[in-house]
Amino acid sequence: MLELRDITAGYEPRTPVVRGVSLTVAAGEAVGLLGPSGCGKSTLARVAALLHRPDGGTVTLDGETVTGWRHRAPRRQRTAYGVLFQQPRLSADPRLRLGELIAEPLRAGGRRAEIADRVGELAPVVGLTDELLRRRPHEVSDGQLQRACLARALVLRPRWLICDEMTAMLDASTTAALVAVVESYRRESGAGLLAVGHDRTLLARWCDRTVRWADLTGAPAARAEAPADR
Amino acid sequence: MADTDTTTSGTGPATSGTATSGGRAADGRGRRAVRVGVSAALTAAVVLAVLVVPLLFPLDRQAVDLAAKLQPPSLTHPFGTDEVGRDLLLRCVYGLRVSLLVGVVAALAATVIGTAVGALAGALGGWADRAVMRVVDLFSSVPHLLLGIFIVAMFRPGVWPVIISVALTHWLSTARIVRAEVLSLRSRPYIDAAVSGGASRWRVTVRHLLPGVLPQAGLAAVLMVPHAIWHESALSFLGLGLPAHEASLGIMVNAARGSLLAGDWWPTLFPGVFIIVPTLAIAGLAGAWRERINPRRRSELML
Repeated sequence: MLELRDITAGYEPRTPVVRGVSLTVAAGEAVGLLGPSGCGKSTLARVAALLHRPDGGTVTLDGETVTGWRHRAPRRQRTAYGVLFQQPRLSADPRLRLGELIAEPLRAGGRRAEIADRVGELAPVVGLTDELLRRRPHEVSDGQLQRACLARALVLRPRWLICDEMTAMLDASTTAALVAVVESYRRESGAGLLAVGHDRTLLARWCDRTVRWADLTGAPAARAEAPADR
Repeated sequence: MADTDTTTSGTGPATSGTATSGGRAADGRGRRAVRVGVSAALTAAVVLAVLVVPLLFPLDRQAVDLAAKLQPPSLTHPFGTDEVGRDLLLRCVYGLRVSLLVGVVAALAATVIGTAVGALAGALGGWADRAVMRVVDLFSSVPHLLLGIFIVAMFRPGVWPVIISVALTHWLSTARIVRAEVLSLRSRPYIDAAVSGGASRWRVTVRHLLPGVLPQAGLAAVLMVPHAIWHESALSFLGLGLPAHEASLGIMVNAARGSLLAGDWWPTLFPGVFIIVPTLAIAGLAGAWRERINPRRRSELML
């Protein structure tokens, strides 16, 4: 259970981007968050992934109230999430080869021994060849880089996936492939998903339910929306 | 000569042999290549000279030859002799050796201090960042030379006090550059991804932030070398740097001031040239590097 209650967050203290928003994702559920650009949905996703400290409100992760964000969150809580961002170019360290990029969370957690197994297991799943794993980010396409970022998000077997407009920069076939990888991982592990985006059709097909940003902020009571509802 | 060149290239580029036939961009690129080539050749020559000459021609610092004092440049003494008859060319090379040693070591030390402080401030952020940057402001509000003189005065004269003095006064700009770069890198999503992957603060700084600022820090180090050379010369000129018997460019210029008033120009000119030429050569190389890594101009990274 991932519960965001009365979240107020922003980057300037006077003008919060997100004001009093509540959202609940049940264990194993896939929730799509729809909204126009610049409305604050990415900020909410960052708050949910413990990457941005909100100015107000509480986040409850699997029954535990979160008390610290970013480095102040215990590693156990941070690594419960796999996070994917909109721009693969910016979310990959330009100096690391794709193989090192995928292995980085394992290395940071002192689990070097598992690197070869885990990377070897994930690379074919997301569709990366050994040759691609040896390239650096500027030598691959956006789609290939996003595949590596997805593998990095899955490498620690997270219980929650936060996809912040994961597919906005990608073509239709790569989008389909990546969504399929996420879905097969969720079937196998039972992870919950919060997918942020503005592609109504994609989110409606992908997620168990979609939530419109306007409903979250306007009338907090009417949270859920049937996927078929356009 | 310059006038005729510009008129011929203006009227008919094809007829003039020296004018480039390409456009302005090609002209600029060519000029830059020439600048880099000349700078690299000069730097290489300087480094080679200070490494090889002391092996071939040992310098006796005590030897004086008053019979040959203040001779103008000639074949036996290409740069002439100073007021006690010592060969200026050899002393210039030895002085340059000291200056380069001080310059390179002090620049490296200053860059290490500056990078550490800047990375600390940038990586911690918040009040720690503000506190560290106020200390940097405090240091930079004292004139460099004054602070340097104060530090040198605490030790016995020698090479190391000068290096310490230059290093402790020149890390500030590097700290500012590194902090600004770290702050801009810190907001990138790949740092978020590392945090989410369980990386500690230390790991984020060492694995992701510092490698990202190394090109800027390296450039700052190269630009620091001429600064440090000037600083060493200034301290030596004031009599605070190296012991007076050492061959140092600053000491040589200072000692030759008297003979300049008598019309003997060579004892001041050649040490001065030896200060300026390596400075310009290194600055030329650093400028090319700056254009490579950072097309937009940064005032901190200019000489």
